[in-house]
Formats: sequence, structure tokens, C-alpha cells
Amino acid sequence: MTAASAEFYNDKVVRQFTIMTVVWGVIGMAVGVLIAAQLYWPSLNFDVPWLSYGRLRPLHTNGVIFAFGVCGMFATSLYVVQRTCHVRLISDKLAAFVFWGWQVVLVAAVISLPMGFTQAKEYAELEWPIDLLITAVWVSYAVLFFGTIAKRRVQHIYVANWFFGAYIIGTGMLHVVNSIAIPAGFMKSYPVYSGAVDAMVQWWYGHNAVAMVLTVGFLAMMYYFVPKQAGRPIYSYRLSIVHFWALIAVYMWAGPHHLHYTALPDWVQSVGMVFSLILLAPSWGGAMNGVMTLSGVWHKLRTDPILKFLIVSLSFYMMSTFEGPMMSIKTVNSLSHYTDWTIGHVHAGALGWVAMITIGSIYSLLPRLLGLNQMYSVKWIDTHFWLHTLGVVLYIAAMWIAGVMQGLMWRATNADGTLTYSFVESLSATYPYYLVRFGGGVVILGGMCLMAVNMIKTFQMAKSTAPQPVLTPDPAQARA
Amino acid sequence: MSAGWSWYVILLVVSNIIGCTALLWWTSKKAKGNEGTSHIWDGDITEYDKPLPRWWINLFYITIVFSIAYMFWYGGFGSYNGFSSWTSQSEHATQKAAGDARLAEAFRPYDGKPIDELARDAQAVALGRSIFTNQCATCHGSAGQGAIGYPNLTDTVWHWGGTPADILQTVLHGRNAVMPSWSEALTAMGGANAVEDVTTYVLWMTDPSLAATNGDAIARGRGLYANVCAACHGADGKGMTALGAPDLTDDYWLYGRSRAAIREGIERGRNGSMPAQEGLLGETRSRLAAAYVWTLSQQ
Repeated sequence: MTAASAEFYNDKVVRQFTIMTVVWGVIGMAVGVLIAAQLYWPSLNFDVPWLSYGRLRPLHTNGVIFAFGVCGMFATSLYVVQRTCHVRLISDKLAAFVFWGWQVVLVAAVISLPMGFTQAKEYAELEWPIDLLITAVWVSYAVLFFGTIAKRRVQHIYVANWFFGAYIIGTGMLHVVNSIAIPAGFMKSYPVYSGAVDAMVQWWYGHNAVAMVLTVGFLAMMYYFVPKQAGRPIYSYRLSIVHFWALIAVYMWAGPHHLHYTALPDWVQSVGMVFSLILLAPSWGGAMNGVMTLSGVWHKLRTDPILKFLIVSLSFYMMSTFEGPMMSIKTVNSLSHYTDWTIGHVHAGALGWVAMITIGSIYSLLPRLLGLNQMYSVKWIDTHFWLHTLGVVLYIAAMWIAGVMQGLMWRATNADGTLTYSFVESLSATYPYYLVRFGGGVVILGGMCLMAVNMIKTFQMAKSTAPQPVLTPDPAQARA
Repeated sequence: MSAGWSWYVILLVVSNIIGCTALLWWTSKKAKGNEGTSHIWDGDITEYDKPLPRWWINLFYITIVFSIAYMFWYGGFGSYNGFSSWTSQSEHATQKAAGDARLAEAFRPYDGKPIDELARDAQAVALGRSIFTNQCATCHGSAGQGAIGYPNLTDTVWHWGGTPADILQTVLHGRNAVMPSWSEALTAMGGANAVEDVTTYVLWMTDPSLAATNGDAIARGRGLYANVCAACHGADGKGMTALGAPDLTDDYWLYGRSRAAIREGIERGRNGSMPAQEGLLGETRSRLAAAYVWTLSQQ
């Protein structure tokens, strides 16, 4: 379309990504539930190689992070950047390429990971041909996003867009640096790094996947949907400045805490630990800015389950960003490392923070996108909220108890200095907690399925998906 | 780390910390005021510019001060070691020496004691069990029940002998059991069915009912067995502990009791390896483990 279409937002790509967020959420979490069940009933792999735990576990992590989480990021970032820049995306073709390119990446992951193709780098398992496609899609996304920012019709760039921008630049850089490899045939490659350097690069990437994707990215989501849904101003502009720059500067250093007590030089471990501690305040700064935005409208929590999702997600964010720095302290880490405590910590962040802010944002976004007042069923949103919360609590409590117990059993010695327990004894003591964790996962998956039904019903309810006109900016804010 | 890299690291670390501090100081000093920024986006999104909470500023400063102090004490500024001269290697060495000393103390009373005497001492058996579960259970199972290829230690079948002295010898110095591949030799002697015939004969030793239906094969197998297998496994199939050749008449099968498993052993051979533990555990702990293992078969 030509000039006339510039007056409308490009919501097609947002709709596509929104639908796929929910679809991939159900798939990614279903795989998670299956492998949680395999830890309790090992025969559930049916002796089929591509159903084995080692191949499905990366499918689960890629599925929830890069399919569910990142599709949610695409949907919300492309929605928010248009609304807060008061302008249509610069290119519909590029937007379509980003959507379809990313879906091809995800389908390639679903096929190649169970087949056993892997770079054996955690959260970067996909082999080099897929890595190249990821890079192409990501660069296109950056052009689309920053091009739209450049074309904006308001003077100031909204804080959510700082975070989206940092997420796009940071994620691209991490992906490229960590995935540099020499191909050795189709779907086989060797990393250019080796030994402790390889480990350090991997965890620089690994922890910053948490930073640049799972923290910075979803804070961007928070910065739009919390004030929008609450109808309140953001609490503090200066707080957003200080916590944004501190997060960006400090997170990059925290990776070595994944490699405490290893061959990594001592000074790197020390630096990784102290920067993880300095991260506490900047992390909480973001959560405070979200939570305090609700001051004056706390009563809305009684009636609006979407706000409940958003606020409880921030509580989980505060909790896991307190837990993280604590676990990075070497003394604590010597107990927690290699145990299920780490799994509990990750899921407090992933299910509590990332999933809840995404789910809340999608529930807030979808009706606006379709020109409706609300989702098909607000009651179901409330049910989903309680299912999800219950599931997360079951999951993380089980893993905390199991993890601390494992750490204590592994280090327990008798008075004479011999080890009290063998490894297998700690494993059999963990079994009941694996069952509880599986139960939590089932409840969470149930909630996601309810969300999928609610989404379908909402689409059926929307009579038309007429394009929405670009809002004219406030004259005082307009950019010449 | 070269001096250049070291200074590079120091510069990055220090400038990052100073940058955070300066940012915090600057934003916390800004004039107070609850009024908004007057920015508006998307019709209704606005911003306050409330002052930073005092407790939050202090929390931030405390983590910065702690971090600087930590790096001065433990190192972190490039190749500079820190006031305490702490290294992870020295911490590990100190802790390991202390642990080793404590263990040496715990094990000293058992030095050189005979296995059967240790087996009657409940405390010694408990120590032996602890060593077993951490060192031996990986292959032999947490209760010594074994697995395919790894002997069950709780029964009375001992390929290398089950006396206390035999078991101690096994633990200290390991064992290597070699069953060669016989397919070529047997086929040359008895034709294409030779391996099958010997398998049938060996199965017949523990299952005489096979005679009714496989009389010919057993007869052919018997001859081949006498020529090839009897050298190690004995004419009567009772095995030979000096070589670790298993008794074929006791119905205990290390690699599985199916016809296919037995046939595979004859055709392709087997290599069983028990690693020597003396270098890993030392004499006394090997002795305690041996005593524990011996008690498993005495119940």
C-alpha cells in the first residue's frame, strides 16, 4: 500500500507474533512437563533417541526462551514502538521477513534438536546454518526497530524503547560472538574458542541471555503495559535512567559466577561475583519503578487480573534478582552449584517473572489490538493467574528444598572425615520433589491451555481487525 | 597475564565502578520535585520524576563499597593479588591437607588388620560401606547388586575367588578378564554352526532339558568345548578362579543369561576390567572396602 497506509499502524505482524507467543508457550511448556515427568518416570523416553531427556531439554529451553519469550518480545516491541513513536513501522516487507524468518528458525530448532544436532553450548545449541538465519532475522529486526525510532513523531524516546533497543543490540552481539564457529559439514561445527576461554565466552553469553533477553527485554514490556493497564504515570524518570544504565553496564560482567571454583582464573571469578552483587540495586530499581507506578490505584488489583499478573511478576523479579546475587557469593555458590536450587532459581525468574509479565502483557495487548474492551473471559484470566501462581510456587519450592538438600547431602561428612552419603542416595531423596515439580508444571501448562482457548474465543469475538489509525502526538511533544 | 592486560582489566573494572557511582550520585543529587516530566506518549502514558528512595541509594552504595573492599582483599584488580594473598589453589590445598589428616587419623587403627577381623568390627564395616558407596557403587551398584558386565557382590559366585585374601587382591591390584573371540577358530574346526553348537552345549550345562530336542548340537558342541573351552573353563565347566574364567554351571551370567548374550561372548569375546584401587584409595581404605564387600556375601 502507499501513502494512505502510513496513517495506520502495522498490526498484522503484532497479531502474528501474539498468536505464536501463545502457541509456542503451550509447546515449550508441554516439552518441559514431559522432561519433568521423565525425571520421575525414566521409562517415559520409550527408548526412542529423539524423545530422550538430553535432546528434549534443549528443545524445552529454546522453546520457552526463544519461541515463547522472544515471540512475546517481538509482538510487544513492534506494538509499543509504533504506539510510542506515533508512526507506522518503516517496512511491512521487513516485518514479514522477521516474522516468517523467526518461525523458520524455531521450526528448524524443533526438528534439529531432537535429531541430536547441537553445538553443545547451553542456550546456544542450534547449529551454524540456523545461527546464520538467526543473525539475518535479528539484523532485519534491528533495522525495523531503530528505523522506526528514527522516524518517530515525538521528541522523546519512551523508556520502554531504551530497553527494547538495548535488548536488540545486546542479544545480537552475544549471539554473534558466542556462536563463531568453524563449520565441519552441514549441521556440524567447532567453536573457535577452547578450554577456559570457551567456558567464559559461553557463560558471558549464557548469563547475558538472562540479562539482555530475559531481564532488559521484559522490563521494556513492563514499562509500557504496567502504566497502560494501571492508568498511572511511571513512578520516577530518574530512577529509570539510573537503573537502565547501571543494568547495561554491570550485567555484562556477571557471567563468571556460573564458573565459580573452576579452572577460570581467580580474579575473573572475584570480578564476576562483585559485579553480581552490585546488580542487586539496579535490578530492584526497575521492579520498584513498576510496583510504585501502582501507588494510588492498588484497589484495581481486586478487579483486574491482568494487573495481578503484572505485579506478581515484578514480585518474582525482585525475589529472583535478590536470590541471584546471593547465589553468586562464592560461599553460597559452593552449596548451591550443580544442585536443583539453580533450577528453582531459573524458574522463579522464567515462570515467575518472564512468563507472568508476558502473559499479563498479552492479555492487555490482545483486546487493544483487536479493538475490544477486554478478553473473551476476564474470569478465565483470573483462573489462569491462580493456576500459574500455584504452579510456580509448587515448582520453585520443590526445587529449593531439593537443591539445598542435595548440596547438604553432597558435602556431609562423618566425624571421621568420610562422606556420609553416596550420590545415588541424594538422588533417591530428591524423587518426591521431582513429582511435586512435575505437578507444578502440569498446573502451569493447564493455565497456558486456558489462555490459548481464551485467545481463540477473543479472535472469534472480534468482528473485524480494521487497521488502527496512527495517533497524532501531543503538539507539545511533536518532533519537527 | 601480562602487565598490559592487567592494566586493561584494572581500567575497565575501575571505570565501570566509578561510572555507576557517578551516575547514582548525579541522579540522587538532582533537585527534588514530584512534578512529572511533561512527556506524553500514546495518548495517556506519562512520567513522574520522583526522587530515588534513600534506602535504595544506600543499598547501591553498600554493594559498591563491599565490592571494592572484596577486590582489595581477595584480588580482582587484574593480576594484583589482594592483601590476603588468597588463591583458590591455596584454599583447596589447605582444606585437602586438613581433610587428609583427619582421614589418616580415622583409618590408622585399621592399618594392616586382617579382613575377617575388620568384618566383625561394626565401625570398620561402616567405614568400608562409605568407601564402597562413593568409590565402587558407580559400577557395582549402591547395594553391590552389580549390573550387566559388573559382578554382583552379594552372592556366593566369585570369578576370581571369594576368600578375604582374594577380594583384597582384587581391590588393591585390579583384575583383567579376557575371553578371546572364538568364532574363527571354532568355525575352522566345526563348520558354520560351530558357535551355535557350543552355545547350545554351554546352555545345556544349566538346562539339561535341552538334551531332548538338541541332542545332536549338544554332542557336536561337547567335542568343540573339550578342544577349545575346557582349557580355561575346565572339562566339567566349573571354571578356574586363577584366570577369572567363570563357572558355567552355576547359572550366574555376568553378561546376561540369554542365548544371544552367551553366543556373543563366544563369538566376539569379552573384556572385563576391574581397575586397581591401591593408588586411589591406599592400602588401608582398600582393606576396609574389601572387608565390607566380603560381609555382603557372608549374610
